[in-house]
Amino acid sequence: MNKIIVSLCLALLSSVGMAETQTGLEIMQEVKLRNTGWLDMTADLEMVLTNKNGDEHRRKLAMKVLEIEEDGDKSLSVFNSPRDVKGTAFLSFTHALDADEQWLYLPALKRVKRISSSNKSGPFLGSEIAFEDLSSFELEKYTYTYLKDELLDSIDCFVIENKPQYEYSGYVRTIVWVDKLRYIPMKIDYYDRKNTLLKTQTFNDYQQYLDKYWRADSMLMKNYVTGKSTQLFWHNYKFSSGLTARQFDKNSLKRSR
Amino acid sequence: MTLCRLRVCIISPFLLFLGISYSSVANAWEISGYVGLESLAFIEEPLYKEQHQHYISGVIEAELYHEWDNGSQSFAFVPYFRGSQHDSHRTHFDIRELTWLKAAEAWELRLGIRKVFWGVTESNHLVDVINQRDTVENSDGEDKLGQPMINLALIQDWGTVDLFILPWFRERTFTGEEGRLRPEPAVSGNLAEYDKNGFQREVAYAIRWSHSMGDWDMGLSHFYGTSRDPVFLLKQADNGAVNLIPYYQNINQTGLDIQATLDSLLLKWEAIVRVSDTETAFASTVGFEYTFFNIMSSGIDIGLLSEYLYDSRGNTAPNLTQDDFFVGARFALNDIQDSQLLAGVMIDRVTQAQFYNIEASRRFFESFRFEVEARFFNGASPKDPAYFLRQDSHFRMELSYHF
Repeated sequence: MNKIIVSLCLALLSSVGMAETQTGLEIMQEVKLRNTGWLDMTADLEMVLTNKNGDEHRRKLAMKVLEIEEDGDKSLSVFNSPRDVKGTAFLSFTHALDADEQWLYLPALKRVKRISSSNKSGPFLGSEIAFEDLSSFELEKYTYTYLKDELLDSIDCFVIENKPQYEYSGYVRTIVWVDKLRYIPMKIDYYDRKNTLLKTQTFNDYQQYLDKYWRADSMLMKNYVTGKSTQLFWHNYKFSSGLTARQFDKNSLKRSR
Repeated sequence: MTLCRLRVCIISPFLLFLGISYSSVANAWEISGYVGLESLAFIEEPLYKEQHQHYISGVIEAELYHEWDNGSQSFAFVPYFRGSQHDSHRTHFDIRELTWLKAAEAWELRLGIRKVFWGVTESNHLVDVINQRDTVENSDGEDKLGQPMINLALIQDWGTVDLFILPWFRERTFTGEEGRLRPEPAVSGNLAEYDKNGFQREVAYAIRWSHSMGDWDMGLSHFYGTSRDPVFLLKQADNGAVNLIPYYQNINQTGLDIQATLDSLLLKWEAIVRVSDTETAFASTVGFEYTFFNIMSSGIDIGLLSEYLYDSRGNTAPNLTQDDFFVGARFALNDIQDSQLLAGVMIDRVTQAQFYNIEASRRFFESFRFEVEARFFNGASPKDPAYFLRQDSHFRMELSYHF
């Protein structure tokens, strides 16, 4: 018994000791590690687009994600509103540094189109979210530099600078605030290629699923250049429901809803 | 007449079934669709006195959808109707879809009426042979009539093999006497002739293998049965009148479609070999699309497209594109209203005759969409098969509400 307590104490001590000297990469490795093993996820996403005058536009889509070990995730998104694009679906096989593979399904023509994945920095559905902001987080995508510790709304955070290593990124760097306790992002500042602060994303209302995985129920992306913002509201999160790669192929894309 | 009765038979038990189920599991049924109002305006005087300068029409398409068995089974019903001023041939009803689908791990089975799309190129759809085109709906040829089918997809690591049995041949729809964009005399669809009759005329078979490997997406297909593209014959009737009649040949068609996706560059190639009793034809469309994404961080994408279209049938090629170049540009603003514009021109390499096509659309008030299409025909000489379109340059505008 004593032995166990001693070794626990040692483990705790060493982890505290490590935290003090953890590099940016080590922190992000921990972020990735703690968010590994959920297998698959489904959720409904509601986007609220707000322009400078405060006018709001809503978008609804259903998302499915399949976790792929040692590679980027596979995802399938189906648009439900606006109604003129209802049924349009987007299949993506993401990769760390290689080009993603993407297909679009156009329901009116029943056409599956392979599309270029070079469009990383363009807006997703007219929102302030870029395609690259939505893609799965893989360690190889960035180099990391630990900057400092900082309190963010009384949450003790690591502040880390990420530099994209993949092609066609719209950012020269991003700065992420990582909760020291839970190893989850609380805020990200995005700097455009001219190194001016373009956007800030904040993560709110975190909930824990399967006693392990933290997901923010709402996010806010504020664009300082356009004065527009986009809020993301996530509903009906489900994990590990036994989805397979078969649910993420072109055949499934053709019958997706 | 028999056609109409057949449709009623299909629909009425279905409506009954629907009425019962809808009340019991209301949430599981989903209804969506659109209604639209269209204005078709021609710039020049019509060539023939029966024709008009301006046509107004209304359209409705609804989709009723239900899925169960954890999403692995589904049912879809998509009726469609367009009512047009003047041209009675353009007033038409169709069942675009009436399908039951069952998906398993290694196969998918679809029974019923459906639309299928094959191919990769933009200016022409050579390999896409399953459905009859709904040519009265829009002169761009992108609209199709629902095709009854049994379709079994076998899903393997080395690709998907789709097997089709296509009972019931659908005849092409043709613009009537009062419609524009037609030859003289107008096509007499009711006098259609065929290579085969009875069972052999009605039933076609098809098989297609398709696969994605890295940057490459490809498909290889074969079709046997009555061709959806007719050839046209001028025939004198007993009363001396000359009729233009569609003749549907029995064909074997093998098709290949390949797309390479290399960063911002898409390379596309489609080719077919079509064998009928009278000839062996070869046709191919090859081209590229290059897109400049998010130009100057504005969110705007500009794509440049170019394709070359060849058809060994020359002037008798079904789509008047036997030796033509297509160049175009696609603009997507990626704004809240999803504004887009596609402008292109098809140029005949030999005669230099041109066909200009501009399509633009934009969303309004969340659920409305406004679409403008402009088509201009220029430079076709009297020997050119496109000569009959010389006075038919037009604007098409449609405002639709989506629910």
